[in-house]
Amino acid sequence: MKYLISLLVGMVIGVVVFVLLLYYNPFAGNPSVSPLAVSELDLADFSYSLVARDSIAYTNDGESRMQPHPAKVLQLWEPAVKKTRALVTVLTDSRGQPAGLGVKFSSDSETTRLINAEVLVDSVWHIYSPEYGTFFVDQTENLWPYLHDIVVPARMSGGDSWRGSWYRITSVGPGALGIARVKGGSGDFADTEAEAIESITASAYSAITGPAAMTGNLTIAIPRQE
Amino acid sequence: MSGAPCAGANLDSQEQDLLKTFYLGIVLGIAAAAALIYVYPVVDQHREPSLISVLPNGGNSESFYIRLPGDRIMAGVAGSTESTPPALEWPEHDFLANMQTELFKVRNEKGVVIGAASRMSGTSEQHGSFVEWVVHLPARGSMFVTMAANPSPDGYREGRLRAGTREFLTLNGAMVERFVNEVDDSDSDDMGQIELVTAFVGLAEELK
Repeated sequence: MKYLISLLVGMVIGVVVFVLLLYYNPFAGNPSVSPLAVSELDLADFSYSLVARDSIAYTNDGESRMQPHPAKVLQLWEPAVKKTRALVTVLTDSRGQPAGLGVKFSSDSETTRLINAEVLVDSVWHIYSPEYGTFFVDQTENLWPYLHDIVVPARMSGGDSWRGSWYRITSVGPGALGIARVKGGSGDFADTEAEAIESITASAYSAITGPAAMTGNLTIAIPRQE
Repeated sequence: MSGAPCAGANLDSQEQDLLKTFYLGIVLGIAAAAALIYVYPVVDQHREPSLISVLPNGGNSESFYIRLPGDRIMAGVAGSTESTPPALEWPEHDFLANMQTELFKVRNEKGVVIGAASRMSGTSEQHGSFVEWVVHLPARGSMFVTMAANPSPDGYREGRLRAGTREFLTLNGAMVERFVNEVDDSDSDDMGQIELVTAFVGLAEELK
């Protein structure tokens, strides 16, 4: 009997050790330097707030921390869309001026592998920019660093919140070096292909209501006109 | 007195066995947790069967439906007095003056919600007129379709698949959009529905 207890206690400790190794994996983490930083193409920067009440509309399954906005917006509660979020937001340029409108769909990815420190999200953007026309952006994002550095510390904190200065690139694909794929829809860049990177800059998060001061940034390498 | 050392030796041996069992437990615990986390899917998207019909060219055709107004999540139109959803504050920027953005839930032929979609339409001096769809099906992928600016005399609007992800990544083809007034269910509040019919073909079929 005591051997069985010893084995079980060992197994429990083994599971705990594994979880700690997973959480404190030193090899995990997204790059903080954009692969587009060395691009010779012109870069278009689009920023947006990740706080739901700052958006035009935000919806999810209605059971998450981030509450849909406005309050009476339809929620995505049906089984096939329950793990999906939709955001409609004004995009601003690097000077903070309105520069476009973006619709973002994000769904939890079945390729998520916690053992690789990957919490993956398949997301697509539908963007209208008066300067460039319309774009479709397809990317896979890894939110592990976001959960690891912000969400978990906020939940463990006595004040149910996190404050600090945090920046990470969330794009990890589908292109090489973790670059997102862009396709022009209408306008000068109709049917052209381009690359993009999305990142998050955070300074406050509430474990109760979600992002409190957090900005998303989408950088698109604009193809040269022939 | 002569039995004492022997009892001590037995105890040490037992303790060592217990310790070995404990260490074995730790290794088993780590291995079991790793195996569980590797094998068990953390995310398992709900799937509805794809209701696809095969076309003569080897491609496939599929229909998607959006019931109005029930499936409209958001409608953003400059200067509109009625907003969807209620309390929506549509920004009054100049560049949004001639455009409309809508968000919908998307259903399959059986009427089951399988995804969401955005439809952008507008006119600008610089870029001309455009009508575009992004249809996002979480379990399958997304498609980006640009439509003809003007509908046909029959009320259809034809479009082309510009880009796709996952299941739609390697496909080419067309999509037709039309508004259908008839509603089968007379008790329903629906005003009608938008029908999106896709006809896509894979690269392999295209080469044949």
